Amino acid sequence: MIPLYYSLRNLWTRRLTTALTVVGMALVVFVFAATLMLVEGLQQTLVDTGSPENMVLIRKGSETEVQSGIDRDAAAILASQPEVAIGGDGQPLFARESVVLINLAKRGSDEEANVIIRGIGPASLALRPQVRLVEGRMPRPGAAEIVAGASIARRFRGAALGESVRFGMRDWQVVGVFDAGATGFSSEIWGDVDQLMQAFRRPVYSSVVFRLRDPGAFAGYKERIETDPRLTVVAKREIQFYADQSAAMGTFLRILGTTLTLIFSVGAVIGAMITMYAAVAGRITEIGILRSLGFGRGSILLAFVAESLLLGLLGGLAGLFFASFMQLITISTMNWQTFAELAFGFSLTFGIALKCLAFALVMGLSGGLLPALRAARMNLVEALRAA
Amino acid sequence: MTSPSTPIVEIRNLFKSYLRSSQRVPVLEDITLDVADGEFLALMGPSGSGKSTLLNLIAGIDHPDSGLLRVGGVEVSALSEGELAAWRAAHVGFIFQFYNLIPVLTAFENVELPLLLTPLSRKERHEHVALALRLVSLEDRMDHRPGQLSGGQQQRVAIARALITDPTILVADEPTGDLDRESAEEVLGLMDRLNREFGKTVIMVTHDPRAAEKARVIRHLEKGLLNHVPA
Ligand SMILES: Nc1ncnc2c1ncn2[C@@H]1O[C@H](COP(=O)(O)OP(=O)(O)OP(=O)(O)O)[C@@H](O)[C@H]1O
Ligand SMILES: [Mg+2]
Repeated sequence: MIPLYYSLRNLWTRRLTTALTVVGMALVVFVFAATLMLVEGLQQTLVDTGSPENMVLIRKGSETEVQSGIDRDAAAILASQPEVAIGGDGQPLFARESVVLINLAKRGSDEEANVIIRGIGPASLALRPQVRLVEGRMPRPGAAEIVAGASIARRFRGAALGESVRFGMRDWQVVGVFDAGATGFSSEIWGDVDQLMQAFRRPVYSSVVFRLRDPGAFAGYKERIETDPRLTVVAKREIQFYADQSAAMGTFLRILGTTLTLIFSVGAVIGAMITMYAAVAGRITEIGILRSLGFGRGSILLAFVAESLLLGLLGGLAGLFFASFMQLITISTMNWQTFAELAFGFSLTFGIALKCLAFALVMGLSGGLLPALRAARMNLVEALRAA
Repeated sequence: MTSPSTPIVEIRNLFKSYLRSSQRVPVLEDITLDVADGEFLALMGPSGSGKSTLLNLIAGIDHPDSGLLRVGGVEVSALSEGELAAWRAAHVGFIFQFYNLIPVLTAFENVELPLLLTPLSRKERHEHVALALRLVSLEDRMDHRPGQLSGGQQQRVAIARALITDPTILVADEPTGDLDRESAEEVLGLMDRLNREFGKTVIMVTHDPRAAEKARVIRHLEKGLLNHVPA
């Protein structure tokens, strides 16, 4: 076996071409990694938004809370089901909520974006352990008060603590800011459900959320409730509910990213191939020498394949290195399923890093295999005569 | 081991031709040659007479068209490509005109290269390489790349690489062709020593009469035919 340092030193010897080839591959890996990280970030955000033991009920046939409607009678029936868990205060962990979209202006520009206003009940906060009040207090029932998610408070005009926002023909005082980590709630504004329904003249709730007393009771509960003739609701686990909302966007991002990656990777592979063909052409005598010393065609093939795999590995590592900085960036975009602003980040996982490195190695291999075969196939006598 | 009476290289009625633009060009015609164990043979002759071709055949780099070629009792012409590679690694040491060291490897690594095909341990390899470099008086240059060495020094590294596996024969194709007089003398002196002190069989192609003087037998190739000239 020709030692690996032979391949490494050759890459180092022609470091300018090596660097250019690596940059090409790194760019592709960067795009690939960024896509996967974005999809991952989106999924994490929406999946983290739900709690596994929570149930969400919306009207049958609607996919989001905004489209849904659950009237007061139905809500009362749902509240009295035996599966509803009881909280520490003896009250059921059950919240009637309403969700509307409003237009708010962003800070420092005239741009407007949709923001989710969620009307909450007394149990809403307890049902979302990932939501923490970081400033101020929660709205008092019966008052025109709201609390804003950290991401909204930062980015929208009037949404910070002490400021006020006008919607539903009223001014709403921001009395608190909550942090919900990397979840969809961080991009919401919460207020008292009755106040909000009055302001928006809405007769029905959007959804009800409750905690299951026994998580194992899910299937039976779902079956019974969805076939109850008095109700027209679907019941989902909260996790599933939010995961479903990310599916279409995730698919779109994945297709877009994969397409871009494939187009770029053709360029990078051709670049690697040119580099490797040049390397083979410049080392014909050297190949002859190695063969005359007794190294077989297989060894020559391996040495050149190793060289291009190393190129790929370097490109992969460089691409991942730059992609890892994307984690510092938060993207806020429209979630088409809810038409509301949603802030989420790039999330680099071990699995994504592995996928990117594997992809980079495949690029290296694709670029290097034909040149390596040419090197291995070379006629020994001619190779030695090339000197 | 072969007994002193049996030659280390036996060539009988060897023919070799090349195909050039669909025309068969004969290069070697009916070559018959014996090289005794421990001999130092110089092959001379005009350019294009087939010296390198003959050397390549003996070294198992090229295949003859017909005829018998036996080296150290092994019928080289009958070996497959894979067998030939292994045979070369074990039995042939090469010295080329342009040194042909691997530029990205140090002197030490260049000499070690053939040993990577043997089952020797890392420690054993290091001992062998150190010994070989000492023999060519380059132990202080073992971390230098070929580009940092003079032509004569590079050729001495090449000699160390050629003898590192203790091969049956040493083949050298114009080993002094690219060297100044002084370096050439050094290299020839080394080859002479390898031949006399260590009993290595050396077959050397050369244009240089001064180089041929070192040899104990000189053979002339003329248009693919061998003439015998006693040294
Ligand atoms: N692989 C090959 N393909 C075609 N022709 C070849 C090949 N190798 C050698 N020849 C031809 O065979 C003849 C002998 O070549 P060879 O290299 O053996 O000569 P030489 O005696 O070593 O010459 P020089 O002193 O110039 O090195 C030349 O005419 C050469 O062109
Ligand atoms: Mg020649």
